[in-house]
Amino acid sequence: MASILEESGFNPSADLKVVGTNPVKHDGLDKVTGRAKFGADAFLPGMLVGKILRSPHAHAIIKSIDTSKAEALPGVKAVVTRDDFPEKAPGSGPGDMTRNVMAREKALYDGHPVAAIAATSERVAKKALKLIEVEYEILPHVIDPVEAMKPGAPILHDYIRTKGAVENEDAQTNVTERMVTQLGDADAGFEDADIIVERSFDSAPMHQGYIEPQACIADYSEDGQVEVWCCTQAPFVYRDRLSAILDIDCNKINVQQSELGGGFGGKTGFYGEPIAILLSKKASAAVKIVLSRIEVFRGTGPVSGTSYTIKMGCKKDGTITAAQANMVFQSGPYAGSMYFNAPNAMFTRYDIKNVDIVAYEVLSNRQKVASFRAPCVPQIVFGVEGVVDEMARKIKMDPIDFRLKNACEDGHTTIYGDTWGPIGFIETLKQAKASDHYNTPVKPGEGRGISTGFWFNRGGETAASLNLAPDGTVTIAIGTADVAGSRISISMMAAEELGIPVDQVRVKMVDTNSLGFNRVTAGSRTTFSVGMVIVDSARKCIAELRRRAAEAWDVPEDGVIFEDGMVRPASANVGDFEPMSIADICKKTTMSHGAISGHTEMNVTGAGPGFAVNIVDVKVDENTGRTDVTRYTVIQDVGKAIHPQQVEGQIQGGAIQGVGWALNEEYIYGEDGRLQNAGFLDYRMPVASDVPMVDTIMVEVPNPAHPFGLRGVGEVPVVPTMAAVGNAVGDAIGIRPTSLPMSPPKLLAIIEQAKAEGVYKG
Amino acid sequence: MDDLRYEAPDSPDAASSMLAEAGAGGRVFAGGTDVMVQIHAELIDPDVIVDIKKIPGIMSISESGGAYTFGAATAGMVLMAHEGFASTWPGIIDGVALIGSIQVKGRASVGGNVCNASPAADSTPAMIAAGAICNIVGPNGSREAPVEDIVTGPGKTSLAAGEFILSFTMPARAPHSGDAYLRLTPRTEMDIAVVGAGVNLTLDDAGTCTAARVSLGAVAPTPLLVAEAADALIGTKVDEAALAKMGEACSAACNPISDKRGTKEYRIKTASVIAQRAAQIALERAREN
Amino acid sequence: MTKRSHISLSVNGDEYECLCEPDQSLVDVLRNELELTGTKEGCSTGDCGACSIRLDGDLVCSCLVLAVEAEGKEIETIEGMTPKSDELHPLQRHFLEINGLQCGICTPGILVAAKALLEKNPDPTETEIRFWLAGNLCRCTGYDKIIRSVQAAAEEMRKG
Repeated sequence: MASILEESGFNPSADLKVVGTNPVKHDGLDKVTGRAKFGADAFLPGMLVGKILRSPHAHAIIKSIDTSKAEALPGVKAVVTRDDFPEKAPGSGPGDMTRNVMAREKALYDGHPVAAIAATSERVAKKALKLIEVEYEILPHVIDPVEAMKPGAPILHDYIRTKGAVENEDAQTNVTERMVTQLGDADAGFEDADIIVERSFDSAPMHQGYIEPQACIADYSEDGQVEVWCCTQAPFVYRDRLSAILDIDCNKINVQQSELGGGFGGKTGFYGEPIAILLSKKASAAVKIVLSRIEVFRGTGPVSGTSYTIKMGCKKDGTITAAQANMVFQSGPYAGSMYFNAPNAMFTRYDIKNVDIVAYEVLSNRQKVASFRAPCVPQIVFGVEGVVDEMARKIKMDPIDFRLKNACEDGHTTIYGDTWGPIGFIETLKQAKASDHYNTPVKPGEGRGISTGFWFNRGGETAASLNLAPDGTVTIAIGTADVAGSRISISMMAAEELGIPVDQVRVKMVDTNSLGFNRVTAGSRTTFSVGMVIVDSARKCIAELRRRAAEAWDVPEDGVIFEDGMVRPASANVGDFEPMSIADICKKTTMSHGAISGHTEMNVTGAGPGFAVNIVDVKVDENTGRTDVTRYTVIQDVGKAIHPQQVEGQIQGGAIQGVGWALNEEYIYGEDGRLQNAGFLDYRMPVASDVPMVDTIMVEVPNPAHPFGLRGVGEVPVVPTMAAVGNAVGDAIGIRPTSLPMSPPKLLAIIEQAKAEGVYKG
Repeated sequence: MDDLRYEAPDSPDAASSMLAEAGAGGRVFAGGTDVMVQIHAELIDPDVIVDIKKIPGIMSISESGGAYTFGAATAGMVLMAHEGFASTWPGIIDGVALIGSIQVKGRASVGGNVCNASPAADSTPAMIAAGAICNIVGPNGSREAPVEDIVTGPGKTSLAAGEFILSFTMPARAPHSGDAYLRLTPRTEMDIAVVGAGVNLTLDDAGTCTAARVSLGAVAPTPLLVAEAADALIGTKVDEAALAKMGEACSAACNPISDKRGTKEYRIKTASVIAQRAAQIALERAREN
Repeated sequence: MTKRSHISLSVNGDEYECLCEPDQSLVDVLRNELELTGTKEGCSTGDCGACSIRLDGDLVCSCLVLAVEAEGKEIETIEGMTPKSDELHPLQRHFLEINGLQCGICTPGILVAAKALLEKNPDPTETEIRFWLAGNLCRCTGYDKIIRSVQAAAEEMRKG
């Protein structure tokens, strides 16, 4: 039997019965009744409360930590510091990871953990934290990555040398890497251009803003076995990394994921988990750590802030001839911003022959950045699509026509070397142009913006099992996380393949002892990858069902077919046998032959790229600079929407996250290097009254590598959003903003500038 | 922290003697929406939490000869639902309605909002503009004070040890008068004022402004009562020129800081805008009244 | 040691007793003493609404209420929303049918808040729903399907 990677079995004219419908998701009931167990919702007997002491300094040598008074406090059962963590080489993967979990030589940001307590109550733990004496030698700090690049800036690590440096290769620096990405001849491309636009942009870091703070329970038993319960997007990655930094074998760490109260990339790396394990080991009791919201902001990863310049040129007919970029990405105190996504994705969707991109990853005394939907791409597309719009305006071309003129077609070979199969970018642009929104005149006093975005979509290492119960119903064990709807989509794909109602399938997220390695749930890979693995597993079950029927009927296997959930003779020549359902065969043969199961593990390939177009209307208050988004439409190629409602939810949620990032969300630091807005009051995420409904147009250009044609849908929705809002604001006030967030004070200043220059629209 | 007590006395005298005894370690607790946040963030570490909500009358609204009195701990949602009060003092309701979410207003009170002494408190400028009087009790008996005399700095009040506000009394509403409060925030809700403005004005039968009070929030260490702004309106028809002049007076009165919620320049500029818009709403309400 | 206070309270019609510290929040007691974890804690500052409950009928954030204040009070949480064990509240049903939830962490608070809204205003406009729910942060949905779920439930409830 061929692997699904070789034969997806995609049939564009298949009569799908389950895929494409909107059943109620199976995990929904527990979530509307309060029964669902999230990270903080579990309890173990004798469990202790774990609390973390954090550095108040942005940059300081930790000279000493005296925990004796804390340890003497009644009710304190364990204290851990850097001394309890195995030494890992600075600058290595585990070395950086362990140092971000617990500061070692230095505290490198406001909120960096320096010690932790396990105690019998929260009150005792908090009191004990105050009794820990940490002697700091405060060092000069640097927050802004551009400042951090300059000669004489405070150096975070003396061992960092710039990878790919073209000068001063041996100098101490905060620049971890200089990466060059090129295609064709950019200089020649600009010479061919009739119009050249060059602009500088910057973006403040935003936080993923999941409503569930990180929470975990660790239980370390005397024989060295560790049970971890936590909210995570990556149970297997957590296990493997815990193993790497704590020197515990993988088979002794069992990670059970809880329901996940939002992640968006922010729960792909651990924070409290290793600390809880060491506390539990010392205290000989289970330890629960639940971060406060303040700790979430101060201690966990926001996304990369950026500073960059985009230069693009085009001919009078709209053909883009060249694109150039110079970009700085902040990463916090350690490398790992995933900034390499930007060069590969920022222009990709336009067929540009000449590209020249230089990107830097820079360390500074901020929280270590973490992934967020389409890491490092949306904040750059904000600039790219602003420049694209400006070029279209300069040659007086409709912005969608301009993009259509340059849009990639099927078979395009990308800057990162992949050659695409069927893609839906042109179709999304056409549908945008035909949309009601685009054809409705902009209201007086408002502005309209459009923009586009691309995301690779991912596959990757995935293992899952599909089991047929003796009554023919189906259970599925997966090792990925369900960030919002993958379980129901997986159930639907299994039901479709097996020809049974979706209600006969249940998916369970199992612990890391129960399956082989599964890559993190991120990059829009999960429904695609697990879907592939599960359909493959279902096919294995079907083969076994056919074998058992052949045996029962005493006919050759190829005389038995599986169709619409029934096993039947391939033709009248085979014999006159009553077709059997899955349940019939399972009931008859489970006890004699054993259960029927399919298991598949593979590195899934074939993810189809995703594209979206946004159309946004805004109203900007001339006298205050406040922006209201008044209408929002997203047109996205989703390949095939397995559960259209869930897909739409991904699109709508992504769009509104982007609106928050566009208008108000940012990390604000004081002169002292401390984070000033570590809470939902001053970290301004959109509330229900801030935003309109989000209309969606789902384009379905199927991905033939998947049995039902699906493409990942989770990252693309965020990619064009800030650019679309930015273009709309520019249309409304006459000058296109270049700095994120486009907060009221910034916009009021631009409005005044526009008035002074005589370009204010209003 | 170790000896923290919670007390819920049922008389003003008992409450004030507990507070007086506790001194700096005592904390008045009404709706708790600020105190709970401060405890959580470990900004305060009280010895005694004195819950005043069991004191008779401290959560009720009464009216006598057109003058309203309401208990200092009356929850925002209760004030908003009181048709008589809400239609008489719509500007105060504007301010109260902006104190956090429905959930927060289910508990938060004007007394707490005033005494928390944030320069950006939303109900305080509205109360100042309205000319509300605080009925204060303390170890030495009762006294009255206008709301503008309470806040002396961020987190600081003029209340003596053991004193707390029992209720607020509003003047009787004059004919052809109206009030409004407006604030500027990046979001529509769940935000802290970057600038807030409360305006209360009275017209004569010909539509000329005979009395006005203008109060600003978030532009100085305390909410401001800006007499020059009021003077710009009095004697005018509250036309564009008068509003512009009032706006200028507001900007001139600002003494803000730059912080995470807005820059100094931005606050000064927009104080004029917001005050003018609030005045326009107050004017419309006065004309309808 | 701080002296703990004994409190008796009614939660969803059931009587509970427990000991709590003088500054312990009600959400902490509901979740960690009574193990009623349907009520979520997202910020502890009244900004996210995940801990929304009813306190003697008032919609409040249980993170901003002292547990000792709950003495003798009636509390309603998400666990009490289902009218019967085999029947969902129309809001719960429509949230499921319209997909008004993704990760589900904000859902209990939003359901409790929306129920309070519909009791007060059976026919709210979209704007009224949005402003009523402004204190309930959701990061997954962009609010669209939450608002639609409340609208659909309101319509069904009006029809009786």
